[in-house]
Amino acid sequence: MLHPEMVGAEDTQAIYRDGHRLDHAEGASKPLRSRPEPQPRGAKVHGNRPIDQAEAAARFIASPEHEKMHDERLWDLRQKRDREMHHIPEWEELRSLASAIKEHTLTHLDEYLDQFEARARANGIHVHWARDAAEHNRIVHGILKDHGAKSLIKSKSMLTEECGFRPYMASAGIEVIETDLGERIQQLDKEDPSHVVVPAVHKLRTDVAKVFADTIGTDPDNSDVHYLAEAQREATRPLILAADAGMTGGNFVVAETGTFVVCTNEGNADLSGNVPKLHIASIGIEKIIPRLEHLAVFVRLLSRSALGSPMTQYTSHFRSPRKGGEMHVVLVDNGRSERLGLEEFWTSLKCIRCGACMNTCPVYRRSGGLSYGATYSGPIGLIIDPTFNARKYSNLPFASSLNGSCTNVCPVKINIHEQIYAWRRELVKRHDVPLVKKAAMKAAGELLSRPAAYRVAIASADVALAHLPRFVIYNGLDAWGKHREVPHPPKQTFHNWYKANRGGEQ
Amino acid sequence: MTSRDDILESIRANLPRVDRPVPHVPMFDEDPPASLLSAFKDSLERMGGIFLAPPASGDVLAPVRVKIAGAKVVCSTVPELSGSRDIATVGATQELADVDFAIVRASFAVAETGSVLLSETDLNINALAYLAQHLIVLLDPADIVVNLHHAYRRPEFRERHYASFHTGPSATADIEGVLIHGAQGVRSLSVLPIPRNHQPQPTSPQEKKHD
Ligand code: SF4
Repeated sequence: MLHPEMVGAEDTQAIYRDGHRLDHAEGASKPLRSRPEPQPRGAKVHGNRPIDQAEAAARFIASPEHEKMHDERLWDLRQKRDREMHHIPEWEELRSLASAIKEHTLTHLDEYLDQFEARARANGIHVHWARDAAEHNRIVHGILKDHGAKSLIKSKSMLTEECGFRPYMASAGIEVIETDLGERIQQLDKEDPSHVVVPAVHKLRTDVAKVFADTIGTDPDNSDVHYLAEAQREATRPLILAADAGMTGGNFVVAETGTFVVCTNEGNADLSGNVPKLHIASIGIEKIIPRLEHLAVFVRLLSRSALGSPMTQYTSHFRSPRKGGEMHVVLVDNGRSERLGLEEFWTSLKCIRCGACMNTCPVYRRSGGLSYGATYSGPIGLIIDPTFNARKYSNLPFASSLNGSCTNVCPVKINIHEQIYAWRRELVKRHDVPLVKKAAMKAAGELLSRPAAYRVAIASADVALAHLPRFVIYNGLDAWGKHREVPHPPKQTFHNWYKANRGGEQ
Repeated sequence: MTSRDDILESIRANLPRVDRPVPHVPMFDEDPPASLLSAFKDSLERMGGIFLAPPASGDVLAPVRVKIAGAKVVCSTVPELSGSRDIATVGATQELADVDFAIVRASFAVAETGSVLLSETDLNINALAYLAQHLIVLLDPADIVVNLHHAYRRPEFRERHYASFHTGPSATADIEGVLIHGAQGVRSLSVLPIPRNHQPQPTSPQEKKHD
């Protein structure tokens, strides 16, 4: 189907046009080169038992090539985001608008969902409602059964990950083919996505070469990225052409027009939505916004925050089925309406899944998304995962240094680090905190509530830190010293300095 | 109780009791670029798109003719150029899988981002813009708006079934951040500025068409 002489005709030219390396979309500003090293696997999941994020992170850190590439790549995205932000004089105003639009919508969510449903129906879209993951999967299965569909091409959707959609479909005998390159790599490797925007970001090119050699028959010794991507394109295209149905998620839903919007860089949502006759979109109820004029604010923020590009290569608006086609939208709750009632956490529903908080998070960059053992990782994951299962994800709110960088980059101004801190308090109240952390926090809490004792303790702790042998600081009981080098203690506490230099206690 | 009612009831029971009015969104257009076309060109090239400069005199379509000269299958939806496959005779979308070049006209473009908007009216068959190996887009310079705020006031978003901003070609950097064009969709996207009413040998004056 591909004419050999056409392949790659424009490609090299496009990547180094006029001697400049293009860095739009997900491209890095500088090429990264790594040496082969086996890929560390993610967190071990045992039913409902608390995920040991620290254990998986330690294994990631113990693989220096992976840790370095991951850290540099994500920091590169963070820097490109900063560059974009400085290009837009109204950046802070856009963030405030985005936050205000989302808060308005969330406080009128029932009305806007109602409006969307009416408009979408009038446009010829079938609208379904799913209380939870199981109902979502049942509904989609039902639609596929009605059409005798046996294969489905889909574009990346965190909601379907949340619903365990692929395993469900596998058990129902329906073949699901991911069309996003990163997500396809993860599917072929039987791994979950490790990042909401770049699902295979934790893998080296040699890891991908191994997966493709085992699954689509590429040369195991060739880890050239262009070769690998081309091989995947050629292997996936016949599956796309033969699929019975297509599935997408939705980044935004416009109540006023009954439209849903999907943003991708590969155009794979457009293939999924436009090649087969049947198009199903699974969308979380919090994705709704009131009007088209609001959409402009979010489209301007999304890719700039995510990848540091002005826009995703494709921003597609589906308002009604095409001629001869059929379109279904499944609106999914799965805990969202309940989260709306959590006074400290409801604004986490403003999230547009740009991943900026992950790219900037020092813990995420060094531990890899799979160490969280959850669909949502990184700072936003720490907030929403415990709402799915407070016991299983009880360790996660502790995987943060609370430095606030996530809050600073969030395009919808979620107070992420404050909510992470709020979860720690909440988990202590619910007795869902691991014992060692509990004892340490209790002591700290008592100390922090008495300023005089705190100052004495700090002074003596610093003296102790300066003189104690390493094994006392870095032992099994000290969770803090486990994965960190404890900073060198200052010669003088700030309080003592203040007393000496600014004179007198008030 | 249906799931729908269940969910809406749960939302109503949990709605935060705070007052958040709907904000007004400005147009952010106080400082427009001197030339929308050259701003568009810069943004397009940054996103990996190719800007085809029409020659000062002679055949305006020459850059396109050069591009498609060696192609086996060319599918055009514009009157300015005819391809080797007539889109009107294409039945199933899958029949477009062997198209080397697709030639279409954009509804409009956005200077801020270098995007062109393509809808079902421009494409005839939506999949054409994704299954073809390369995409060539004709754009009337009069159809460029300054930014996305203006873009979303356009009628296309209320009238068309499907409307997609294309901002450069299909791209990915999912493997170690290395940029690849043509992950699943088109390997290249070229834009040629050419007015809608352009006629090589004008026989009668034509009205400029806007939609
Ligand atoms: S919490 Fe904010 S920064 Fe993080 S993914 Fe969501 S919108 Fe992006």
